[in-house]
Amino acid sequence: MKHTLVALVENRPGVLTRVSSLFRRRGFNIHSLAVGVTEEPGISRMTIVVDGDDAIAEQVEKQLTKLIDVVHVATITAEESVVRELALVKVRCRPAERREVLDLVEVFRAQVVDLSPVSLIIQIVAEEDRLEALLENLRPYGVLESVRTGRVALVRGERTTAVHELEAAGAQRFHTESGRLPEGQLPYVSD
Amino acid sequence: MKLSGADIVLECLRRIGVDTVFGYPGGVVLPLYDRLPAHPKIRHILVRHEQGGGHAADGYARASGRLGVALATSGPGATNLVTAVQNAMMDSIPTLFITGNVARNLLGRDGFQEADITGILMPAVKHNYLVMRAADLAYSFAEAAYIAQSGRPGPVHIDIPKDVFLEQAEFEWPEQISIRGYHVPGAADADSIARAAALIDAAQRPIVIAGHGVILGNASAELRAFVERSGIPVLNTLLGLGSIPRDHALSYGMLGMHGSFEANLAASNADLVIGLGNRMDDRAIGRFADFNHQASIIHIDIDPSEHNKNLRTALPITGDVKQVLAQLTQAIRQRSHVQWIRWMDEVRAQHAHTLAIPGGPVLSVQHIVRRISELNDDDTVIVTGVGQHQMWAAQHMKFTRPHQLITSGGLGTMGFEVPAAVGAQVARPNSKVWSICGDGGFQRTMQELATMVDEHLPVKMAIMNNGYLGMVRQWQELFYKDNYVAVAISQPDFVKLADAYGIKALRVTEREQVDAAIREANAHPGPVILDFQVEAEGNVWPMVPAGAALSETVGAPERPSAVPAT
Repeated sequence: MKHTLVALVENRPGVLTRVSSLFRRRGFNIHSLAVGVTEEPGISRMTIVVDGDDAIAEQVEKQLTKLIDVVHVATITAEESVVRELALVKVRCRPAERREVLDLVEVFRAQVVDLSPVSLIIQIVAEEDRLEALLENLRPYGVLESVRTGRVALVRGERTTAVHELEAAGAQRFHTESGRLPEGQLPYVSD
Repeated sequence: MKLSGADIVLECLRRIGVDTVFGYPGGVVLPLYDRLPAHPKIRHILVRHEQGGGHAADGYARASGRLGVALATSGPGATNLVTAVQNAMMDSIPTLFITGNVARNLLGRDGFQEADITGILMPAVKHNYLVMRAADLAYSFAEAAYIAQSGRPGPVHIDIPKDVFLEQAEFEWPEQISIRGYHVPGAADADSIARAAALIDAAQRPIVIAGHGVILGNASAELRAFVERSGIPVLNTLLGLGSIPRDHALSYGMLGMHGSFEANLAASNADLVIGLGNRMDDRAIGRFADFNHQASIIHIDIDPSEHNKNLRTALPITGDVKQVLAQLTQAIRQRSHVQWIRWMDEVRAQHAHTLAIPGGPVLSVQHIVRRISELNDDDTVIVTGVGQHQMWAAQHMKFTRPHQLITSGGLGTMGFEVPAAVGAQVARPNSKVWSICGDGGFQRTMQELATMVDEHLPVKMAIMNNGYLGMVRQWQELFYKDNYVAVAISQPDFVKLADAYGIKALRVTEREQVDAAIREANAHPGPVILDFQVEAEGNVWPMVPAGAALSETVGAPERPSAVPAT
């Protein structure tokens, strides 16, 4: 069974290692992991899809919470939230087949974002099953390569999973800057 | 005023209340060592190996309840710390590990003596820091000390590149710490307390399993008040020994792989199990799937990730065990459990022979540790290594106060006994420190004898010399059909070795010599090594075979009699 967890983390060096190392060490199975910055300076949001029963999901949530660099963790369900994934699919497509493929694109509410005489890149933003259905339908034409972002999600309505907990300026600076080289000093500069 | 990074580090240590550092110098930490004489309030103890420094910091923390600090150079110095860090992690010991690293412009270029110790230690610490600016040192140390000692304690590591020690920065000590990803639980919510009280008041056969958290959380007095009101007998995990005096009427000693029958069968037959500051470890609980199905389990721990990790519990309570116990004591009825305790006493009487000290002329570890316990006062600190002698010490020594037993529980680190005793003696200069050593473990870390001599640490080391890695041999005997492989171990002449270090030593071969040797060691003002030539093939009983349930505890098999029965 798949569980969607949201982890708000300090955007500082090593945080991804801490999270991924935890998953490896405890034997948790990551289905997908999407990371990006948020509206809040210094905070990144990880959306993690985990394979396993409820007990596993509970442990994942608790172990993540235990990491000092992880500020907040929540499990969110598909019913209460908007869940999306983006995929780019490069599909073999000669001009003769183009009409058919474009029909598919329309049916799945996807978009064509690149066109060449022998191929198309299709972009789809959708829930996982619609996205997989499109991939299934494109397969006969020949999928040359594809990339998926992994699941991202936001809870519907006014409620949020974000915690806007302001820190004192000194702590704020320390938490966002420590562990990095001072700006302008790249690590691989020879003396 | 601007200070160098090195001065800031030493000033930070003073601010967080550190007066002792166990360390070993090397290239990249030289700027720090260079400034040590300018900070005379920091005592530096030169160990002989970084692992020894790490365990000494650990022993110091356990003996004193304060932060233990170890310092090492980059590369091999840092990697030598890894065992000690993981040991402190498994047993939740408040420790700070400081390493130097290569200069910032060499980081990531495989410089001389570079190791990615920040990466290596990430899964072995509560938290760690790579400090890239001298200006960040004060925050790093302030947070590190707070994280290491609050909540569920643990090791924190700070890695500092060489040139950060030399960089000048303003020293600004943070007035308060705020870490938005770190919150320390306190009291439990009223609903949990009410539900727990209802379970406790209704229970007919309740049992408490008191773990290390009771000691780490300074909750011994609260534990005592709780069990005296509820009338519930107490079992201890290995690391929980001392959380309640062993001679308390409700104290029933250690449960687990080498726990007593009465402890293991009580845990298996209880209708309510209350775990206090323990982590439901496999060595304490046996096969998880078959641990007491009839019992409701209340699990009180400050670390919620321990709840439902190994055992599904009816009522997990997150909180500081000291506060939660006080809340519970308020909420429950005064009771006694006469029949249940009588049943436990009957089980104890029935199986008393399984814990009997071997009689006759044989020189047994059980007898020696019992006499060490009896001939020393409650103030004495007992440090052990790992293996048979550790289990016998847990079974036969009378622990009456928290922080009295110092032993490597979770990681099971052989060789812990020598350097941890160094740290314990430094922490408690006026107490006796006895180190119960295995002949195998002693040889792993005996380089720290020189540290004891240098620092005038009068540690009494009792080596249980049986010529075997005893616990490994016991397993080979019982589970590998007597196939002894790589388990007989030779030793140097420990008396001559002691002599080479200028340490007093006695060899003990007879049971009658034991008391006199212990007294002579106690009377000697310096360190002493006692080489006890004990029986070679004693086994620790009772035992829960690996992978078995607690209810499957077994005693020593009947030895075949010399004359077959007709």
